[in-house]
Amino acid sequence: MSSTALHVVTGKGGTGKTTVAVALALALAGRGQRVLVCEVEGRQGIAQLLDVAPLPYEERRVASGLDGGEVFALAIDAESALLEYLDMFYRLGRAGKALDKFGVIDFATTIAPGVRDVLLTGKVYEIARRRGEKKDTGPQYDAIVIDAPPTGRITRFLNVSTEVAGLAKVGPIRRQSDAVTAMMRSGSTRVHLVTVLEEMPVQETLDGIADLESAELPVGHVIVNLVRGGLLDAATAAAVTDGTLDAAAVGAVLESAGLDATAGATLVAEGQGHLERQALQAAQRALLTDSPAQTAELPLLDGVDLGSLLDLAGRLREQGVA
Amino acid sequence: MTNKSRTAPASGRPRSQARVVASRDAAGNLDVDALIADRSVRIIVCCGSGGVGKTTTSAALAMRAADAGRRVCVLTIDPARRLAQSMGLTELDNTPRAVDGAGADGGSLDAMMLDMKRTFDEVVESHATPEKAAQILGNPFYQALSSSFAGTQEYMAMEKLGQLHAQDEWDLIVVDTPPSRSALDFLDAPERLSSMLDGRFIKLLLAPAKGPARLLSAGFGMVTGAINKVLGAQVLSDVQTFVAAFDTLFGGFRQRAEATYALLQAPGTAFLVVASPEPAAMREASYFVERLAGDRMPLAGLVVNRVHDDVTDAIELDDARAVARRLREAGGPESQVAELLDVHVERLLTAAREQRERDGFARAHPGVPQVPVTALSTDVHDLKGLRKVGTLLAR
Repeated sequence: MSSTALHVVTGKGGTGKTTVAVALALALAGRGQRVLVCEVEGRQGIAQLLDVAPLPYEERRVASGLDGGEVFALAIDAESALLEYLDMFYRLGRAGKALDKFGVIDFATTIAPGVRDVLLTGKVYEIARRRGEKKDTGPQYDAIVIDAPPTGRITRFLNVSTEVAGLAKVGPIRRQSDAVTAMMRSGSTRVHLVTVLEEMPVQETLDGIADLESAELPVGHVIVNLVRGGLLDAATAAAVTDGTLDAAAVGAVLESAGLDATAGATLVAEGQGHLERQALQAAQRALLTDSPAQTAELPLLDGVDLGSLLDLAGRLREQGVA
Repeated sequence: MTNKSRTAPASGRPRSQARVVASRDAAGNLDVDALIADRSVRIIVCCGSGGVGKTTTSAALAMRAADAGRRVCVLTIDPARRLAQSMGLTELDNTPRAVDGAGADGGSLDAMMLDMKRTFDEVVESHATPEKAAQILGNPFYQALSSSFAGTQEYMAMEKLGQLHAQDEWDLIVVDTPPSRSALDFLDAPERLSSMLDGRFIKLLLAPAKGPARLLSAGFGMVTGAINKVLGAQVLSDVQTFVAAFDTLFGGFRQRAEATYALLQAPGTAFLVVASPEPAAMREASYFVERLAGDRMPLAGLVVNRVHDDVTDAIELDDARAVARRLREAGGPESQVAELLDVHVERLLTAAREQRERDGFARAHPGVPQVPVTALSTDVHDLKGLRKVGTLLAR
């Protein structure tokens, strides 16, 4: 029986992690497939992106995938996960309420170190193990995508058993966190890192890959987002660089086209700036190419709607991420 | 604890009026030079979502203030390696160090990087007897709490700010804030700590240590039973030992957390919200502004980093598009000019998109001055770069 594929999407703030997570879910939802995309930081980023009402602690169908599969979304919060967990495994209906009254829920989800992450990832674990309605139909979801915490926190988030090791040496929380960590390290999990072609995010991505590898967590793709394509071909770039296409030459063409010839200098300067930015992008891209992870690229789009998310989904599939 | 920091901005929510404390320059932009020249401003807090250049903004602002004659200390949380090195922050010793080559007219710049666990340890060491401190520092629950509790970094940043302010060695402290999971966690930190310490759970855990057995109600037995079942008995006993040892420190912690919160609200503090001109970052910025207003925190304005506004409309969008098409059809050397026109079109579109984001914010928060900071082509990792950002900040 096949198991649920787990795709964890992390990345530095501002790189478009949530956008990539949703696009990946759309890409994974091929014909007849069911995919769940979860968020764990309470930002309601998925709902804002898809322009739907804020997500509750309940799986909701939010979109159709690339070839008509179904995409569901869920916002996981630690409080709800703990109450559900207590109810499911200990039938603590009444005691659960008492725990809440005594402030224990608050304590466990905000103060007790690591417990919050065990609860968030534990919920994903529970969903990944669910079976479909008929006995031999395989897992309820073909894939789960997590819009995970940023690169700086991802290894701790996934490596929960180390996190709680200092706290709980035995007992159910320990067993639960060991099971979660085993799932995160298994062959059905991939951790993807979203970045942009700038110095700091690329450095953080390379550090993140090293951290994940030393924690034996499986690195998937580096997804380079918001890439600006080159607009000048090789001949034009050379002409701008060596000065054969100078302000006067450009100005003359502009004038014959009925525009202001003095704008020639502006266009040449802008062309030089463009080449400089392309060169910087290329240098950062080279750093990523040297890393062991495979890379995929997504272009900078003018605004994000369902159409452009599907466009990104198609590109992720073409590049083998989905 | 409060949940308000966790939820996304609700567009229909009534907005509190922001307490704006800064002035605008002739062009209507936030006047950063006036802000750092104002000697009554003693603390500037830079906040914003992750990845918008908060650390660079804090460092550049501190640098410019030092060059303008102020004695400045900048508290950074997690600077990029090369920027940290350029400021001499090569070792994490949790103490401000002078930055060579910064400051003029009697001004100076000290910089430090926050070491969260060390700050926590120092608080314990300075407020407990040596035996008790050793007991706390060795407790497994304390060790986990001080190195990984989600709010510890925020709380310790505020603790450190309070300490630096009390040292009274600087006339301006610039604070970079942690890249919080959610906006303004650091504002919630004192409240969260207080509510934890005041929580019934903690009181009940303390009760056995304090004696009166009658407090041990049947309800509490059920609760500890449940915790032992879920967490394992050893966890509860660790927590209990920790709480008992920490008991005497609680009052001091809460008091200082509340004092720092009051310091942030007081005249002499100014908040700068930092953003980049992208929808998600501007949405977060809006939320920060509303949250600061809700907490009656003094707001100086919005810094919009990495703006691509250095584009002239020497050729307007429609003309550039039409001529590019014609030249491309003609082919030959003229199609090279068409490519240059494409570059110009892309720049105009980017500038227009960013301007729309900024205008949207200005409409939602008409009283909040903004200052755009033109994008540099490379990251900043030396003092020269910081000075350049400072010049751009001051427009």
